[in-house]
Amino acid sequence: MDNRKLQSVKEFESYRTKIAESRKDEYPVIYVCGGTPCLAKGSRAVAHAFKKEIESQGLACKVELRHKVTGCQGFCSKGPVVSFGNDIVYLEVKPNHVPEIMEKTVKNAQVIDSLGYKDPQTKKRSASFEGIPFYSHQKGMILKGLREIDPLEIDDYIARGGYASLVRAFAMVPEEVIDLIAESGLRGRGGGGFPAGAKWKSCRAIDSEVRYVLCNGDEGDPGAFMDRSIMEGNPHAVIEGMIVGAWAVGAHHGYAYIRDEYPLAVKVMKKAVEDATAMGLLGRNILGTGFDFDIKITRGGGAFVCGESSALMRSIEGKVGEPRAKYIRSVEKGLYDLPTVLNNVETWTNVPLIVNNGAQWYRKTGTQGSPGTKVFSLAGKAVNTGLVEVPMGTTIRELVEKVGGGIRGGRKFKAVQTGGPSGGCIPESLADLPIDFDSLSKAGSMMGSGGIIVMDEATCMVDVAKYFISFLAEESCGKCSPCRDGLPRMKQILTDITEGRGKEGDIELLEELCEVLSYGALCGLGSSAPNPVLSTIKYFREEYEAHIRDKRCPAGVCRELVTFRIDADACTGCTLCAKQCPQACITGERKKAHVIDQSTCIKCGVCRDVCKFDAVRVE
Amino acid sequence: MGIDIRKIDEIIESYDKSEESLLAILQDFQHTFRYVPEEGMKRVSEILGIPESKIYGVGTFYKALSLKPVGRHTCKVCTGTACHLKGAHTLTDIIGRELDIEPGETTKDGRFTLQTVNCVGACALAPVVMVDDEDYYEGSSPQDVLKNLRKYK
Repeated sequence: MDNRKLQSVKEFESYRTKIAESRKDEYPVIYVCGGTPCLAKGSRAVAHAFKKEIESQGLACKVELRHKVTGCQGFCSKGPVVSFGNDIVYLEVKPNHVPEIMEKTVKNAQVIDSLGYKDPQTKKRSASFEGIPFYSHQKGMILKGLREIDPLEIDDYIARGGYASLVRAFAMVPEEVIDLIAESGLRGRGGGGFPAGAKWKSCRAIDSEVRYVLCNGDEGDPGAFMDRSIMEGNPHAVIEGMIVGAWAVGAHHGYAYIRDEYPLAVKVMKKAVEDATAMGLLGRNILGTGFDFDIKITRGGGAFVCGESSALMRSIEGKVGEPRAKYIRSVEKGLYDLPTVLNNVETWTNVPLIVNNGAQWYRKTGTQGSPGTKVFSLAGKAVNTGLVEVPMGTTIRELVEKVGGGIRGGRKFKAVQTGGPSGGCIPESLADLPIDFDSLSKAGSMMGSGGIIVMDEATCMVDVAKYFISFLAEESCGKCSPCRDGLPRMKQILTDITEGRGKEGDIELLEELCEVLSYGALCGLGSSAPNPVLSTIKYFREEYEAHIRDKRCPAGVCRELVTFRIDADACTGCTLCAKQCPQACITGERKKAHVIDQSTCIKCGVCRDVCKFDAVRVE
Repeated sequence: MGIDIRKIDEIIESYDKSEESLLAILQDFQHTFRYVPEEGMKRVSEILGIPESKIYGVGTFYKALSLKPVGRHTCKVCTGTACHLKGAHTLTDIIGRELDIEPGETTKDGRFTLQTVNCVGACALAPVVMVDDEDYYEGSSPQDVLKNLRKYK
């Protein structure tokens, strides 16, 4: 592979011109989404159908038609997604749609509106990115690449301007690059929002022979899949950002720490590092500049705490991933106790954009305090879920109602949860809050890495708090006692409340424990753990009180406090619930009202979820 | 079940002889043998010069590693936030009842290990079930999931 190695910046530029030139006359590319949800919904069969159709029509040699399984196209709830450049997008495509798409769209450039998005209100269909609210309210700076680039082809990335920021960065002295990043106002997308420029500057200022640049791809927050999608869909952008960062701080070794639960991301990133090394973009004497930098991929071990910076570094060293006290800064003493810059996947992906377009350009998007865009994984009870990117400062309501299309099943929007287990719940009454680092923290939540879970009236907030505290109790590494002992105690109290054993004073006790944790815990996992509890108490105290005083779960979630009953007037006797009931405890004749046998019902709620007539009541 | 010591050495040899390689080696053991065998940990200790106690510490700290053999197939029910809200708990119960095991256990015939995991990052499919780290199933209809699980022998 060494023969592909580019020896100089000039060689790199002419190589790009050559491949860009050779691609000029190509016919439109069919993008079949290869993101995990689309794969699960059958996108492989769709891709196969295209391949067969192309071959059988003899198009493979007559017209150059490239078809590829790309990274995530974002609209996961409507997969498999098939798109043509940045114009046409088809949703829920099945293999039997393929001949029609080939005939009309590929050969005759016609748009098939019936395969587009159906607006639930107006019933109008649209198959253009512009005409679909889910896409038209987004701004795709980071995700644009995911829709266009073949993640397994480095040439594809280079042809579209990839690695250009290296040329610019190498033409500057490292301090200039740091100033540029500082001016742009880029803040760490991993959750804390620490200014990246300041971090790089302090690392460079330390007198040391060896420095490290790390990428945090240990996206552990449940309900977050932004970084996964970026690593799987545009791995070279992450690598490019890391090389620029290494040049700026003077590091020669880098590591990308990727979650064990993301096998595909590991595979794609590994290949990208190999390809970049073979081209001379990584390794010794990059593009003849004399600068050396390599990247190793480390797989995580399935421990949430390893997303914390010091625990992550211990894990890379091959040790148990326990964090250490925060007053030792990792820019001074990080990996192997040497100066280290750690940024997350999305932060690194922003770097090439800033270097290529300048700090002023970058600041045009977003807010004064939080410039740029933010990628979110929108999940939960919204109509449209998936991977979205909006400018910082977009309100929660815009995100949920415009991009997310409101709440599924016409239910009421109750709250959003941001920031994963370290974040909190923000009620609908505050939904006009702009999303940026500072305003979310003020509201008692945090930006976190970008998981946004939409909750409706059938979500119990005490149950949500219990869920996060159980999660954290499980993931606590056990090093410090506030976290090790405090979280299980909080879990116990919350479990008692949800199972009807809550008593007066429980809320106050929870608040007290939260205070101990936020002051006493060693690392961010413990000190931010109170957020889910405190925010739900603050905004939904009456729900806690209903559980404690009336032994009632207003949302109908907590099993011990509810019974399920079928409303005989609303039931049409369609038998769907009886078929899906895991206990087989629903009986009734076809077209007649059904009945639940309370003695064997386990209150799982499947019947309510599958009922199309809203006939299952929770009391 | 005898463990092939040559396989163990092969895995260790494929990495740099530094402590940094420890987690990766143990993960390869897990992948190859479906658990981290005691013999393997002893060999790592000899070759890399790391105390066995430390290796045991790493082996028990990370969720991806298991000191007991897991089944031929692993069925992971995602309990991430979106999945939790959409009934992951019930889904785990239903699958557990079908396989007659609790989460964390392996069926007597060694066919399946049932696990709950925090988030597999496929929230649009919530509640989602992942089999053998490759196949993803949307779990909104538990009966369909059970039907799919029966395909794995």
